Amino acid sequence: METHHHLPDDLLLAYAAGSLAEGWSLAVASHLTYCTSCRQRDAALEAIGTAALEGMPPEPMDAGAFEACMARAESAVAEQPLNVVAGSNTPAPLRRYLGCELDAVKWSPLGGGIRQYLIETGDETRARLLYIPPGEDVPQHTHQGLELTLVLAGSFADGDEEFHAGDIEVADETVDHTPVSGPNGPCICLAVTDAPLVFRRWLPRMIQRFAKI
Amino acid sequence: MSDAAGATEQTWEALLLAVAETGDRDAFSRLFVHFAPRVKSYLLRQGSSPSQAEDIAQETLALLWRKAGLFDPAKASASTWIFRIARNQMIDRIRRRQRPELDPNDPLLVPAAEPAPDHQASKQQDIAAVRSALAELPEKQREVIMLSFFEEDPHPAIAEKLQLPIGTVKSRIRLALARLDTLLDRNAHGES
Repeated sequence: METHHHLPDDLLLAYAAGSLAEGWSLAVASHLTYCTSCRQRDAALEAIGTAALEGMPPEPMDAGAFEACMARAESAVAEQPLNVVAGSNTPAPLRRYLGCELDAVKWSPLGGGIRQYLIETGDETRARLLYIPPGEDVPQHTHQGLELTLVLAGSFADGDEEFHAGDIEVADETVDHTPVSGPNGPCICLAVTDAPLVFRRWLPRMIQRFAKI
Repeated sequence: MSDAAGATEQTWEALLLAVAETGDRDAFSRLFVHFAPRVKSYLLRQGSSPSQAEDIAQETLALLWRKAGLFDPAKASASTWIFRIARNQMIDRIRRRQRPELDPNDPLLVPAAEPAPDHQASKQQDIAAVRSALAELPEKQREVIMLSFFEEDPHPAIAEKLQLPIGTVKSRIRLALARLDTLLDRNAHGES
């Protein structure tokens, strides 16, 4: 499987530098699971961060720092690799937030067969899973800020472009779109925003008030 | 213990592997002498107090010892491995944020094709090559890239510091990254 829709440098740079907010970082880390080219770009940007670290003027450590560090190092056991879940269909960073596989998510209905699951983040970003039945419109909307949409299962089309599992769409306030889920099975995506979506029709506005989109 | 003159990426890799394989304290002390003062300096630059920077730098190196067994030289250079631990400590302790991370053992992970040794990707991850390419960048471009790694909210912070509109900051960062790619590519393919 090869992804065709990638992340721009500014998001990857912020992720590599450690300045990207939690919700965006969740979408980035999940996309990196699928996308070898963004992973390569992330590594190149981390190499720039490493060069920056290497170029820092050394700041003398306190007397006895090495012995103190050694004592800390040996006071805890060595770290082991995390347990992997064979046959998982959920990227590991996302699974840590859900506490389960995608198949076991407890969805809330949004109307029109569309369902969502809100994911708690510790900052201003809002992350959610969306479940869209085959061939269904996601109500037309614009954004006040940025929206990242990562496809986890199925596909959607937005204008002429198709997004499949692993693909990520980056949309901002200049985009006014009506994504449509693909015909083969439901589309499940991770959608992250930093501002409420602005729907163009009155019905979704009603839903929006209850669903905290 | 003195900072290793002429040490290269291969030196750090050999030292970190010695820590992983035999718990070699001398190897670890050489890594400590080189990296702890730089990590401390990086943390001070991120706005931590001197005592907090000292504490987190010690913790970063202690984590390096404990995680040494997970280090895979095929996947990252030793110094990038240390950068990641320092950055993640900074996010956790100074910014008090979560950083969702890729799991390299995730069965869902789509494996990368093996790059050829002279492939641009390996050059882009060669720290010495990146350092010399950074040194060749025009000062204004190097500045915005460096600041991107030191500021909590880089675009507005850089705009204020340099008295530039945010759009100019963003486009300068894009230009700087593109220029860096060109330099790495050129240096990788001769002009010897």
